Amino acid sequence: MGRLEGRIINIMGDFITSFLSGPVPIEAYLAVSTIMFFAGVYGFLSRKNMLMVLVSVELMLNAADLNFVVFNRYLYPGQLEGFFFTLFAIGIAAAETAIAIAIIINIYRHVKSIYIDENITKMKN
Amino acid sequence: MDAFNYSILILVLPVVMFLILGLGGKYMKPVIAGTLGSLSLAVMAVLAYTTAYQYFFEVGKGADGVYQAINVFHFQWLRFTDTLHIDLGMYLDPISVMMLVVITTVSLMVHVYSLGYMKGEKGFQRYYAFLSLFSFAMLGLVVATNIFQMYIFWELVGVSSFLLISFYYVKPSAVAASKKAFIVTRFADFFFLVGILLLSYFTGTFDFATLTASNADICVSSTAGMSFLGMSVLSWAMLLIFMGGAGKSAMMPFHIWLPDAMEGPTPASALIHAATMVVAGVFLVARLFPIYHFGAPEILTVIAWVGAITALFAAVVACTQTDIKRVLAFSTISQIAFMLTSLGVSKFGDHEGLGYMAGMFHLFTHAFFKALLFLCAGAIIHAVHSNEMGDMGGLAKKLPITCITFGIAWLAIAGIYPFSGFFSKDEILAAAMEHNFPIYIILSVAAGLTAFYMTRLFLRIFFYEKKHYHHEPHEAGPSMAIPLIILAVFAFGAGFVPFSKFVTSDGVPYDAHINMQVAVTSVLISLVGIGIGFRLYFKKNDIPDKIASSISTFYKWAHNKFYFDELWLYVTRNIIFKRISATIAWFDKKFVDGFMDSLAYVTQAASSTIKNFQSGYIQQYALAYLLGALILVVGFGGWLIAFICK
Repeated sequence: MGRLEGRIINIMGDFITSFLSGPVPIEAYLAVSTIMFFAGVYGFLSRKNMLMVLVSVELMLNAADLNFVVFNRYLYPGQLEGFFFTLFAIGIAAAETAIAIAIIINIYRHVKSIYIDENITKMKN
Repeated sequence: MDAFNYSILILVLPVVMFLILGLGGKYMKPVIAGTLGSLSLAVMAVLAYTTAYQYFFEVGKGADGVYQAINVFHFQWLRFTDTLHIDLGMYLDPISVMMLVVITTVSLMVHVYSLGYMKGEKGFQRYYAFLSLFSFAMLGLVVATNIFQMYIFWELVGVSSFLLISFYYVKPSAVAASKKAFIVTRFADFFFLVGILLLSYFTGTFDFATLTASNADICVSSTAGMSFLGMSVLSWAMLLIFMGGAGKSAMMPFHIWLPDAMEGPTPASALIHAATMVVAGVFLVARLFPIYHFGAPEILTVIAWVGAITALFAAVVACTQTDIKRVLAFSTISQIAFMLTSLGVSKFGDHEGLGYMAGMFHLFTHAFFKALLFLCAGAIIHAVHSNEMGDMGGLAKKLPITCITFGIAWLAIAGIYPFSGFFSKDEILAAAMEHNFPIYIILSVAAGLTAFYMTRLFLRIFFYEKKHYHHEPHEAGPSMAIPLIILAVFAFGAGFVPFSKFVTSDGVPYDAHINMQVAVTSVLISLVGIGIGFRLYFKKNDIPDKIASSISTFYKWAHNKFYFDELWLYVTRNIIFKRISATIAWFDKKFVDGFMDSLAYVTQAASSTIKNFQSGYIQQYALAYLLGALILVVGFGGWLIAFICK
């Protein structure tokens, strides 16, 4: 047992030293973006407040943007497609958020609530 | 044949008149509608007489002196294959020409008579429209070129009969009677249809001319060697066809509708349920006679026996009825049975075919005297406002014209020389004696009974006792009296027509002689019947009641028409409805419906389960999507790992 523990500690030690010694490795960025994405997914699925749902959607989008930027930076350093893509995505996300908030405001005016529940049945049919 | 081009008008006029009166009758005065209908009938009658004259004296006889059948008018109507097609047309041969004359004459008389009888009735125009429809249907039936055309018109006749019986449709009894008539005849027509299909399946044709050509060769050869339940297929077909005829002609056991059909207006009864429609069955058998004779002689024997038994049965029942129209109805059944028996005992050709000739002859004379009897009954009912004998008596002085014309019809139906019924009935009895002696005995008894019950009817109405009436009965107007007188002339004189010169089984004219032995016997039997009738009913006395009570059981049975209606009701209600139909209904409800219901139930259950998936909550959908994606990723990842590790 002692040997296995020793090996795990060794691997983790290597990981941390490589983190601290050189430039930030790509895995760190990807880990952050994955956490962001699933936080977004979780929020999207579980929140009842429409604003929070919207925030979660933004979180997922931003995680994707982060991936674009990181891959562009690390894999194809001489090119700019990833950055441009990200800029477009941010722009579109901003417009989409504006529309979403407009809708939410309108819903609020009608039903005095922005919670996703039985109150909002008027949009059925 | 160009010479007969005009005769198609005999069919076209009534149907046009039906449309005019049926659609436009509401906007006409009743008198105009009635006159219009009667005029068209008069034109048709003239055309029919011209046709008859031309056929019998100028064109009809071929070079060899045999009356041939002429297709005046013929076109293909529905064509299914080369051999299977339904045609329409006009087929003139001695019996159809004879029927044209009979139908148009009686129908004309009834039209004119109805002008007076139906005056002031609600639906007068409708009545004339239906009469026209009936005339069209009946004429179409007799001139049919093929058995399917005949069937079409056969059903049309049934419909118009239904419409006329239920003319007083606010009367529940009339409605019930019309339904009964329609259902019973329709039931019998079902057998007719099966018979037609059977016959045409084997012969491959509907055409009468082809079917009966050269001694019904095609029928015999095409069905040769086929049998079913010990009877040849041809016999089955002909038996089924006869059953259809028995339904229309009110033979036992299908006779139950005819007495009830008397709920209709009396002139319509005279036309339909006495003179013309009810002889359709006789006409049918006569039309197919060569097939019966050469292909299915045993069915002819069946027909003869059914006829003989019905003749006797109806005559017995007629003796006990008190409603005068019902007496006449049973008398009609009995007389039609005479005709069928006559056809049944007949052989083919010349003197051997005497029965055929006699049956047709009796049809001819019977149409006139029975129409006359019914129209007289109408006049009497018109005068005393009742159908019951008990409300009548001593009418001879008050209704002299009716009394005399009724008397002529009475002597005609009783078969007294020289009235028309004598000649035709004598031929029938002669034919029966020659070929089937037991039937001759039965018919003689029935003839005696006929004389007796007609005497009873006549005396009970016109003599018996002096009655005091609320309204003094008086003779109806000329529109009712004139048809009576004209028909009386026919009823008297129709017997002198040398019928065997025109209508014979094989088309060859010959001279028929009165068989003196038969004639004397039948007249004697009739005289005995009349004598007994006079003894019992000339003056009011208590002998009839005594006789009735001395044979009370039998009298009760006869009075209740031997419980045939009850028997049918029992069979339909307790056996067919309760046992067979109820079982089938149970099976239908439990199994057929149950299967369908369970299908629906499963679908419903499935859909109500599935519908929860579609909640409308976008987050649930997203979750499902996420889970699906995860499963794919995990599955694909696992597969990839397994692939790499291999």
